[in-house]
Amino acid sequence: MHEMALAEGVLQIVEDTIRGQNCTRVTAIRLEIGALSHVEPDAMRFCFDAVIRGSVAEGARLEIDTAPGRAWCHNCGHEVALPSLIAACPDCGGFQVQVTGGQELRVKDMEVN
Amino acid sequence: MCTTCGCGHGDVAVEGEAALPHHHHHHDHHHAHAPGISPTRIIEIERDILSKNDHLAWHNRDDLARLGVLALNLVSSPGSGKTTLLARTAADLGTRRAVAVIEGDQQTSLDADRIRETGARAVQVNTGKGCHLDADMVGRAIRQLQPEPGSLLFIENVGNLVCPAAFDLGEAAKVVILSVTEGEDKPLKYPDMFRAASCMVLNKSDLLPYVPFDVEKCVEYARRINPGIEVLQLSALTGDGLGDWCAWIERQASAITAKAS
Repeated sequence: MHEMALAEGVLQIVEDTIRGQNCTRVTAIRLEIGALSHVEPDAMRFCFDAVIRGSVAEGARLEIDTAPGRAWCHNCGHEVALPSLIAACPDCGGFQVQVTGGQELRVKDMEVN
Repeated sequence: MCTTCGCGHGDVAVEGEAALPHHHHHHDHHHAHAPGISPTRIIEIERDILSKNDHLAWHNRDDLARLGVLALNLVSSPGSGKTTLLARTAADLGTRRAVAVIEGDQQTSLDADRIRETGARAVQVNTGKGCHLDADMVGRAIRQLQPEPGSLLFIENVGNLVCPAAFDLGEAAKVVILSVTEGEDKPLKYPDMFRAASCMVLNKSDLLPYVPFDVEKCVEYARRINPGIEVLQLSALTGDGLGDWCAWIERQASAITAKAS
């Protein structure tokens, strides 16, 4: 489950960021995960809970903002919503679509005190 | 925003470096926080979760490009015939270019041993419980292997059509191998991987008369996910189609070597 490696990556970014900051505890972490990214939000939550134990972020709330999938349809000549990588263009039913959004995998911000 | 006083100076942007501490003295109103209580605040981060891996992958790619080494990341489900294909490829291309292989498996050095029998150099990476290779593991393996300038480096990833899709190793291209004993609908079931790959190799073509695998449908599915994906059909066992595969590798290698010189 690669979400474990990704959750460790999140914690590392949090620990890098917190260095030199005057705070004792991370109380929330907000991620942006695209609907077309390589991550299953439920798996990420499960792994996140496991990796934060004993860290500065122990007990922190995980907030996940989902970025919708978007694609450019070459048949229609405009941008369309794309719920998954195997979906067809919702307007013409074709597969000549190029993903333009929804692949985000970012740590947005965190709440500390 | 600071929840103690409501001021907005807590949104410190931090991109890879320590941010400025949160000051409460930039306002023209005067107030004090309760002593001993650290105020809750938001620190903006805006960093890709994979940024560390991607950074290490960038270094791997840079090191390999300077040496003119073509690195291919071979991905598939377990049992697709990656190691057989690699052993065959190392034997066929090894007379023209030096070949080195990084073998990724959870356990054992069986695959690296098989590759070494062909005369190619190989380093085994055991990921333990890990389900994929990452750029750090590959960087360490590259330092072990010290590939020769102008050589070929094959990275055989852990047999898994899910996780390795997310991790850039610094390769020139991902090659996904699908054997005809699997379902032709794999590109639809594992779209991330087929989207990340530049080339799809359909292996075990010698078994096509005995299995219900529909090549045309499989290619259609793969191109639905990734219109630009190249497709090669071969049998690593009989050698049928290996000429096209070696020619494809040679084309990629020439492009890399030309850039390095």
